[in-house]
Amino acid sequence: MNAFCSFCGRETDAADHTACARRLQLIDPPRFCAQCARRMVVQVTPAGWTARCSRHGEISST
Amino acid sequence: MPPDEQQPESKETTLTAAPERTDRHTDGDVLEDVLEVAREQVLERGEGLTEEQVLRVLQLPDERVSDLLALAHEVRMRWCGPEVEVEGIVSLKTGGCPEDCHFCSQSGQFPSPVRSAWLDVPGLVRAARQTAETGATEFCIVAAVRGPDARLLSQVREGIAAIRADGNDIQIACSLGMLTQAQVDELVEMGVHRYNHNLETARSHFPQVVTTHSWEERWDTLRMVRDAGMEVCCGGIIGMGETLEQRAEFAVQLASLSPDEVPMNFLIPNPGTPYENYPVVEGPDALRAVGAFRLALPRTILRFAGGRELTFGDLGAKQGMLGGINAIIVGNYLTNLGRPAAQDLEMLDDLKMPIKALSQTL
Ligand code: SF4
Repeated sequence: MNAFCSFCGRETDAADHTACARRLQLIDPPRFCAQCARRMVVQVTPAGWTARCSRHGEISST
Repeated sequence: MPPDEQQPESKETTLTAAPERTDRHTDGDVLEDVLEVAREQVLERGEGLTEEQVLRVLQLPDERVSDLLALAHEVRMRWCGPEVEVEGIVSLKTGGCPEDCHFCSQSGQFPSPVRSAWLDVPGLVRAARQTAETGATEFCIVAAVRGPDARLLSQVREGIAAIRADGNDIQIACSLGMLTQAQVDELVEMGVHRYNHNLETARSHFPQVVTTHSWEERWDTLRMVRDAGMEVCCGGIIGMGETLEQRAEFAVQLASLSPDEVPMNFLIPNPGTPYENYPVVEGPDALRAVGAFRLALPRTILRFAGGRELTFGDLGAKQGMLGGINAIIVGNYLTNLGRPAAQDLEMLDDLKMPIKALSQTL
């Protein structure tokens, strides 16, 4: 289980993240690292995205 | 309203057919039905609606929206034809913008989670290739800046050369903020055929949305772009607290510019921006805006752009395509994600709407 919400950056068990999950499912790439809540450097391209945490490395849509 | 209450399910906007025309009578006065007027004025003669007429369209009751969309579709077919222009966009420089457009997650003035990023040239070439593979004829390179500096322009120049060296002849548009005359000339010389610069909203509402530059400064860039022979792409965002009167004002201000393309965005309330708690535009309001803009701009490429996924969901997008829209952005946007391109291309196939071919645009 992720420690932090990738949409709002708050702890996953600190609040209801249903709306965050819907945004992530519909129109948003992750913005916060799910392991440490650092803001990630996100690049969106027509067919995907990459998100890089300075501590935990890069994740991508593929 | 908190953002978690703003996300509608993906659904077709329900519109009931009702023949009663409630806009005909006010205080005993008989007003001509605005859609009947539009049929003669816009469909037959190709003259866009006036501000007052656009307002009456925006005030139509829900029961008349399907009539409006049917007429807007006829207008689009008559004056633009059945083809749909497909475009992909990419952010070359993301975030950290010094301006304060209140809707924008890329402004450096708000606590938005969007961080600065630069796309390298190989990444730009890949993005252009992915876009061309969808059958798109347009690829727009966008940067979050007040206006381009020498570094950005040189990156654009290098990027365009690399896209061409990749054997990709897709038409290239740019959106790099406000320009000087020398920068306009440089973009023309690079082969940029269309320039996007949105007025965003009505002139009377703009100071509530942006304080770091003026509507008139944006207008000046658009005028220079037009005078230099580039195609003008200029639209805005519906749902930023503007009144219906201001929505009508915006439609006719756009029409007075005679833009080649108008992208219609619907507000995405992004975290950290001043508009993060604004409600998502309701489907019927958005459809009224689509129909009204088509009736104000009968010959313009009217493009579905950002926010349609939240506002319309999957099925509602079809209603827009059958209500005056004749262009779409496929794939992802600049900082938000769109539907997979294949899904939109399938939708166009279902609607039997052909994708405009590159040869038709040259
Ligand atoms: S100028 Fe463009 S990138 Fe900058 S804040 Fe305004 S909309 Fe965002």
